[in-house]
Amino acid sequence: MDQQVPIGVTVNGVRHERAVEPRLLLSDFLRHELGLTGTHVGCEHGVCGACTVLLDGDAVRSCLILAVQADGHELVTVEGLAPPGGGDELHPLQAAFREAHGLQCGFCTPGFLMTLVPFLREHPHPSEPEIREALSGHLCRCTGYQGIVAAVRLAAGSAP
Amino acid sequence: MHRREGLAKLTGRERYVDDLPLDDFLWGMTVRSPVPRGRVTAVRFGADVDWSAFVIVDHRDIPGPNEVILIERDQPVLAAGYVRHVHEPVVLLGHRSREGLRRAVRAVEVVVAPEPPVLDFRVPPRPDQIQYGRDNVLKRLKIEKGDVERALAQAPVVVSGTYETGAQEHVYLETQGMIAWLEDQVLVVKGSMQCPYYVLSALKHALARDESRVRVIQTPTGGGFGGKEEYPSDIALHAALLALKAGRPVKIVYDRGEDMAATTKRHPSWVRHRTGLTRDGRLLAQDLEVVLDGGAYVTLSPVVLSRGIIHAAGPYSCDNVRIAGRVMFTNAVPFGAFRGFGAPQTLFACERHMDVIARTLEIDPVELRRINLLRDGQTTATGQVIRDGTDRVAVLERALELSDYRAKRRAHAAFNETHAAQRRGIGLAAFYHGAGFTGGGEVHLNSRVRVAGLADGRVEVLTANIEMGQGTLTVFTQIAAERLGFAPQDVAIAEADTGRVPNSGPTVASRTTMVVGRLIERACDDLRSRLEVDAAVRGASLRAAIVRWHREHAAERLVGDAVYERPPGISWDDANYRGDAYGAFAWATYVAEVEVDLATYSTRVTGFVAVQEVGKVLNETLARGQVQGGVVQGIGWALMEECKFRDGAMINNQLTNYLIPTSDDVPPIHVAFLENPYPHGAQGAKGLGELPIDGPAPAVLNAVAAATGADPRAVPLTPERLMAIADFGLRSAE
Amino acid sequence: MTVLLPGSERDALEMLAAADGDAVPIAGATDLLVSWPGRLEDHRKTYVDLSGLAGLRPLRWTGDELVLGGLTSYWDVIRDVRVRQEFPLLVAAARQVGAIQIQVRGTWAGNIVNASPAADGVPVLMAYDAVVELESLRGREEVPLDRFYTGYKEMRRRPDQLVVAIRLPRRPYSVQKFVKVGSRRAQAIAKVGLAITRAAAGWRVVAASMAPTIRRCPTIERLLEEGAPVRGPDDLLPAIARDVSPIDDIRSTAAYRKRVMARVLYYELREACGWRA
Repeated sequence: MDQQVPIGVTVNGVRHERAVEPRLLLSDFLRHELGLTGTHVGCEHGVCGACTVLLDGDAVRSCLILAVQADGHELVTVEGLAPPGGGDELHPLQAAFREAHGLQCGFCTPGFLMTLVPFLREHPHPSEPEIREALSGHLCRCTGYQGIVAAVRLAAGSAP
Repeated sequence: MHRREGLAKLTGRERYVDDLPLDDFLWGMTVRSPVPRGRVTAVRFGADVDWSAFVIVDHRDIPGPNEVILIERDQPVLAAGYVRHVHEPVVLLGHRSREGLRRAVRAVEVVVAPEPPVLDFRVPPRPDQIQYGRDNVLKRLKIEKGDVERALAQAPVVVSGTYETGAQEHVYLETQGMIAWLEDQVLVVKGSMQCPYYVLSALKHALARDESRVRVIQTPTGGGFGGKEEYPSDIALHAALLALKAGRPVKIVYDRGEDMAATTKRHPSWVRHRTGLTRDGRLLAQDLEVVLDGGAYVTLSPVVLSRGIIHAAGPYSCDNVRIAGRVMFTNAVPFGAFRGFGAPQTLFACERHMDVIARTLEIDPVELRRINLLRDGQTTATGQVIRDGTDRVAVLERALELSDYRAKRRAHAAFNETHAAQRRGIGLAAFYHGAGFTGGGEVHLNSRVRVAGLADGRVEVLTANIEMGQGTLTVFTQIAAERLGFAPQDVAIAEADTGRVPNSGPTVASRTTMVVGRLIERACDDLRSRLEVDAAVRGASLRAAIVRWHREHAAERLVGDAVYERPPGISWDDANYRGDAYGAFAWATYVAEVEVDLATYSTRVTGFVAVQEVGKVLNETLARGQVQGGVVQGIGWALMEECKFRDGAMINNQLTNYLIPTSDDVPPIHVAFLENPYPHGAQGAKGLGELPIDGPAPAVLNAVAAATGADPRAVPLTPERLMAIADFGLRSAE
Repeated sequence: MTVLLPGSERDALEMLAAADGDAVPIAGATDLLVSWPGRLEDHRKTYVDLSGLAGLRPLRWTGDELVLGGLTSYWDVIRDVRVRQEFPLLVAAARQVGAIQIQVRGTWAGNIVNASPAADGVPVLMAYDAVVELESLRGREEVPLDRFYTGYKEMRRRPDQLVVAIRLPRRPYSVQKFVKVGSRRAQAIAKVGLAITRAAAGWRVVAASMAPTIRRCPTIERLLEEGAPVRGPDDLLPAIARDVSPIDDIRSTAAYRKRVMARVLYYELREACGWRA
């Protein structure tokens, strides 16, 4: 048995203290230790982007980070996007994805959403090429990306 | 209407199979064959693992026949002493820790005395490579119409060509996964799948259980595209065998590398065309040979071949057609269902060949198609008389108009004159796709749907058809709501659980909206007749009637149902492959624009127009999404998606080396629908799901040919492959 | 597996020294963790996680140098307006690394010591004459990047040494080009990578995915210095054959790589060099 390392992270505003094996990936920590299964694992080689979460506000791939490396940091997952309370109120990006049909099977969707949070913060009025470049860290096999691009424009308040 | 399950998917609340909470369970993993063919002489369990902590299953643990039952019974659940492809499952292991399991899988050595494999389906097998029948042919089919030999002999011009397509990986974002457990003597299997009743049938057969002791439940499915049509039966059997032996729940979820290496792909193809024409381009004879690589077991290959050859002659009128098709056995991982199911392969060949003909005859590729497109009253290769009233030339014209085809051609010519290292071009493909099962398939399926009236006045739609992103839940809701005059929230869609829902057939073949949707309409009507009300009773009054019925029939169930009935006037002769292959065809013309970089031989698709006639469009947003997604899959297949095999094993089984398009690789896809309602589909709908993947590859390669003068005959047209067929010597480009 | 978490650079150096060659320093870990669950051998090693050493993160400017820290990420460079002006190839290359989510975590020093022949960051650093600063308990050592690699995944870094800085001389450049040829526009591994600069110090032509290591192409550099006439891409092939030795692999072929390198060089430099067909 490997050593167990104590870590403390804040996820969606809630503080969690756990002892974890050093080889544990952040994606597995979120899914299995904290039960936050909205963060999906699509490839575990850092390509598909489905596991993207926010680490101190930046979009990162949680399958390319060890849980111990997240110690002391602040994380946000897709479960933390909508206002708390569990009602039907959505984050503007979620609402735009819903309205513009920016999803089909939904497996890649949480990752896209998490990348777009900091992207729209830094590019409040993105052009289509900027949007397509920002999304290019994610794979979607259902939509052909067009509904997703439309959703980003909707969220940014720019006409399609 | 918003996507029905959209809220759950957007908030992370949707539970895919790997997300389901599960107590006291084991992980399952698979030990696989290291070589493509040979006799298993030993299975050695390494000394450095404590095997008492593992559940170990091999073929001797299978209670019933060791067969994954499908069309044939040739595929074992677990290899019994002989392997026919790399990664063939041999032993299953169950254990608490996934890490420990990974180490254990590597500690099992499957020792095989190798025998000579067949690895190239295009080369006739040597005697020592024969492993199926007398000639390794898994299935042979033939279509004949008129007198091809005579017409070819008399034709003023004959143009020949061969065309090839490679394997394609589905890359559903959610990998294959299944959970199995025992609940009061009932085996419950839950997971990611397109066809719950296929899985049920496979479990019943190999586990020797009757229907009352097996239950299959679909979990929200993260993409399928055909990849979750037949393969889930294998993994369900594996999970079930481990769970039965362990006496505890077992979960198998493939990682991406295993999923890509060990599961099905699109069938590779080789197609030869020999076409007789008049000098002005009228088709006189089409002689085709279609060969598919089936891999090591029959699986669904016969029906893939069937759909492939039926579409092979294209949407054209020709009096003399001969299409000889065969699927070859090879020692490859079995190829399987993938969106389009044989048609993308043969339509690629057909539509690329049309441009080769146009170039040979020096006529306009648009004109060549226009004069040959089927008119009402004319017949397809199988002799099916087309009389749906769709104006196929209008579909073509609309695509030309939306893509600004003529002006683009002129603009590209000017651009190419003035640019040394870039070439632009535009190309098109005209095509069609038959919806629903081929021939008598739908009759054979005998699909059944139920619509239950609930005590509170709402209804519940019960089918075995599943949501995998394409919008089944939303469209079924719409169809029932429209038929009953209900609000969408008053229509519930039952979970696809074989313990509750009838067998409405698999979620494949572009049949869900058209065929099953129509059954929902009829089951709604049947519900009304049980209430003894007529079609004018809708909405609130119908809900009230349902509530009233329940009050008068306490503890009884109110159920309307419907069973498939063949539309009138349809007939199919399966022995001779003559007649009405499909109840309806969808028709399309797609136009692609490309820019080719002569320095790197890379092709970029810069514009795309997709025009189709799919009957009545029930939900334009969902339909548009289906087309855009299918087109992008098709662009990937055309230009970059290449499975690389060595000794029968896929070696680029990672998303770092098997590349699918990103948002930055594709342009906006311009989608337009022409509507001609089909009287036997729900609200007039025809099938749509597969059509969009038939057109992009030929349209893109035709555009590359127009841009560069090269003559590409195979997909994917990678830069390396383009370099091999076109020099683009710089001096000649200057 | 053990992950050591040093509190200071000194701690890290001591940990590396104490491990006697058996500890691997990690920062963003974006290369190490690719396909991690299946890399069972790597689960038994000892790692020194540097990501908490904030002092190694910032990049800084001196009068004549840009100094990247041992933990400077691609993202740090992309966001730096001054880097964009003075070292535009760093920004161009950084944007080609994986995807945004990887650029945020991955470091330039990590790109150097991972020693992939297909690295995106190393070619531009080499074309800017970067010097690698290595630190250990035994002192500080400087190695020019173009002499850092000694073979496939072999380099002049002892296991007890850390890359603490990468120094780039500030010079006026008349030519700066970075071309990455991949099989798709985003998230691709280079099939051919080229970084080209020209300053008073001369031409630098650096090739990726063309040899067991990223390397400069001395024959081509000489050809450019001498102003030899080039009438087409084929005229560059003999020099390419002397400088690099590409192979067939999972991503491309040797033939494609050589031919495309010649063609890209030709098209990119035609104007700057006044070449005429």
